[in-house]
Amino acid sequence: MEETIWKAVPAIYLTEEPIAVDEVIAAVNSENAGAVDVFIGTVRNSTKERKVVRLEFEAYDSMALREMEKLAQQVRERWPVEKIAIHHRKGVLQIGEVAVVIAVSTPHRKEAFAACQFAIDTLKQTVPIWKKEIFEDGQIWVAAHP
Amino acid sequence: MKLNILMFGITKDIIGQSKLAFELPDRSTVPDLIASLKAKYPALKDLSSMMIAVNNEYGQKDQTLQESDEVALIPPVSGG
Repeated sequence: MEETIWKAVPAIYLTEEPIAVDEVIAAVNSENAGAVDVFIGTVRNSTKERKVVRLEFEAYDSMALREMEKLAQQVRERWPVEKIAIHHRKGVLQIGEVAVVIAVSTPHRKEAFAACQFAIDTLKQTVPIWKKEIFEDGQIWVAAHP
Repeated sequence: MKLNILMFGITKDIIGQSKLAFELPDRSTVPDLIASLKAKYPALKDLSSMMIAVNNEYGQKDQTLQESDEVALIPPVSGG
């Protein structure tokens, strides 16, 4: 009989492969939790009425992982978090694909919502990852210019 | 001293390479480096913001740089 090989899912992860949302959720499973809040960021097909063809994400891997760890730590300090997992994609992403998944488990739902929202808002401000939008007639690094 | 500065996102396009060898006086600080880079590559001045990372941490205002530091140019981030 074949043995089942359990793949350990890291809490903090950067990957060029598609993110398995169910694995991120499973990573925050806890018997002490009464709530799991999940944020899934996906690739939208337009920006300011301009049609987006695909996105390209670039990361400063070593620092991005460190900032994601710091962010997870900040979340743990502010809310009674059982577990938190943050997975971010990099490379080329097509419309509808998942770019980021954040899952937080807490004893009660209110904290899970708040912690998850803080996590995605802060990630967008501090983690060194860059998004390039590719349009049919050009491309732009998001937020680069005022 | 000579720094090898890592470039990401739009700064890679502006400077035209992903790693820039850049000469700076010894004991230069993070703001010194930003000023020198903006002087040499004026397009950097048009960015919404520009930070320097030193050894995988955001550089502090008065932080002195050393040749052995891993230095990176951090244009406005846009993950998520």
